[in-house]
Amino acid sequence: MNEKQKKSIWKNDGFQSILAALFCIIAGLFVGYLVLLAINAKGAGEAIVTIIKNFFNYPTKPAMLKYLGNTLVKTAPLLMCALSVQFCYKVGLFNIGAAGQYVAGAGACLYLALALHMPWYVCAIAAIVIGAVDGMIVGLLKAYANVNEVIAGIMLNWIGLYTVNMVLGTVKESTSPYTLAIASENPNAIMPSMGLSSLFSNNKYVTIAIPLAVIIAIVVWVIQEKTVLGYELTATGLNKDAAKYAGMKEKKNIILTMMIGGALAGLGAAFLYLTGYEQWSCTQSSVPAMGFNGIAATFLGGLNPIGTVFASYFIQHITSGGSYLDKGIYPSQISDLISSIIIYLCGFVLFFKYFMNSRVAAKEEKNIASKAAANKEDGTK
Amino acid sequence: MILLIQYTLIFASVLCLVALGGCFSEHSGVINLGLEGVMVMGALGGALTLKSMAGASYVAVVFAVIIVSAISGLVYTVLLGVASINFKADQTLIGTAMNILATAAATVMVKAINMAENPDNVSSTVQYVEAKKAFIVMIGKFEFNWFMLVAILALVISYVVLYKTRFGLRLRACGENPQAADSVGINVYKLRWAGVMISGILGGIGGIVYITAGVSEWKFETGVAGFGFLSLAVMIFGQWKPVNIGLAALLFGFFRALSNVYSGFDVLASLNIPSSVYNMMPYIISLLVLMFTSKNSAAPKAEGIPYDKGTR
Repeated sequence: MNEKQKKSIWKNDGFQSILAALFCIIAGLFVGYLVLLAINAKGAGEAIVTIIKNFFNYPTKPAMLKYLGNTLVKTAPLLMCALSVQFCYKVGLFNIGAAGQYVAGAGACLYLALALHMPWYVCAIAAIVIGAVDGMIVGLLKAYANVNEVIAGIMLNWIGLYTVNMVLGTVKESTSPYTLAIASENPNAIMPSMGLSSLFSNNKYVTIAIPLAVIIAIVVWVIQEKTVLGYELTATGLNKDAAKYAGMKEKKNIILTMMIGGALAGLGAAFLYLTGYEQWSCTQSSVPAMGFNGIAATFLGGLNPIGTVFASYFIQHITSGGSYLDKGIYPSQISDLISSIIIYLCGFVLFFKYFMNSRVAAKEEKNIASKAAANKEDGTK
Repeated sequence: MILLIQYTLIFASVLCLVALGGCFSEHSGVINLGLEGVMVMGALGGALTLKSMAGASYVAVVFAVIIVSAISGLVYTVLLGVASINFKADQTLIGTAMNILATAAATVMVKAINMAENPDNVSSTVQYVEAKKAFIVMIGKFEFNWFMLVAILALVISYVVLYKTRFGLRLRACGENPQAADSVGINVYKLRWAGVMISGILGGIGGIVYITAGVSEWKFETGVAGFGFLSLAVMIFGQWKPVNIGLAALLFGFFRALSNVYSGFDVLASLNIPSSVYNMMPYIISLLVLMFTSKNSAAPKAEGIPYDKGTR
């Protein structure tokens, strides 16, 4: 009996995922520490602690809460991008286009908020729709023209970036490359806080976006685990031809998945830009890292929507932590370096799980064999 | 007009080199989505060499830069090789990680070097104004760049290696049907490593060509602006065949060059199209092209699938 329990925890998929994630995190932080050592050995220990502490670097509790709020504000869009990647990956699609769908969403919600003075929910819906359309293009190309979704996604990332720069150029501040501040231009477009900001020392950027993102993660989990749609999508992901043979519309499933993925990433942009926390820079020449960090959070979260919530928070936590480094000594991109190493290591997770399973299986076999041998001996006696 | 030809040729050289790199890797059966990152690393190695060799003789600079860039790219692709060949990791994921890692690592390194030289300089920019002249030979008004020759040589050599040698035949066998290749005594792992490493060399050289193409300093925070991915599109458009890749590179290079120099043409300037549109062009065209060519794709059949001896 005791033996059974012991093997069940090592064979448990969730437990293995958590173990693998922890391993990736520790290894990633360790490499980050080595890089810090190489740059300046004296302050390296302190610097890595600064990254890990993030808002705990502040001495007073209200300040800590305020900056915890800031980290959470940026976690919400990251979580949405991660969910977008996760949702598509379950169906066997690698949605690297999440970054572009995020950009498209940002363009749509900011344009509606600043040029047409729409209330926040209209802007958010526009972000969802445009994200879904972006995803749909990838899905259509994949389903009907056999275009690899990764290549199509990347091309759309750049097309989206330049288009959004062009469109938002009409609503930017005249003296800077940034778009107008929503709070002063159209306060209606700011997402409501519902009293949440008072929990974080009146951090005005804390809005319902944060709980909404977590709720959406749970909804995604329910859809994937408990509904027919989720079952069909997973089946399509596991074996497209088998799904087709079983009467599922695999083309429709691919397009639908990409649309949902796009909608999630688009909404993610609304969750950030409709808080007024950031303004879009119309001269940016690279696609925002949010979508790519979403890939990191997805794999770190063990490809599980709930795991993704924690992984997103962690990635954002160290990214924010990086900004507290002494800029005269260490570049803040160390955080990006750490998260990219974590993604790289996540590639080994499957092998890690396989290794663990085979170890457990070998042990079990040995147990069975020895038991069988013991039984045999009993029998002969 | 000369400027347009010049930019077309230099951008085509970049695309051709990197796409050929991708071609070798994919013919061996490994998708190298990390080419963007490989380019960044090659560019970093090359740029630092250029910076440190300012004033040296031109021949030495050209050879040193090419060799260092190639080695930087080669070393960086070891990350891909280990993960995707030996540990059977998801090649898309590893490629993506390599792209993000390269930009972050290059930024950190350049910033650290800049700060060590001058504490007030926290930028991620490397300058090589003087040393860059080593690559350029003026023919009238046309700036001939040695890298154009390198690209043509790479194209010819790639064709010969892939289609006229035993190595090329075996490499392609590993991408088409690794099980069959293994059954006749070919070491699939070894050949896949060879394919990946060649892609690192070519990608690394492509990186330094790209950042020295138009400008004389480079800000590493921007990476290589999607050129690695554009090269993959060139490779697909070229149907994994060197000669077609060369032609595809010329076409894509032309559109990329147009976005740099369109303001010099009265006809185009009078249309008053924002520069964003020209920047978008190569990406839109590659999407359209992929739409019409992907259906009958000539992609190596086993690409992206880790080789497992147990499935033979």
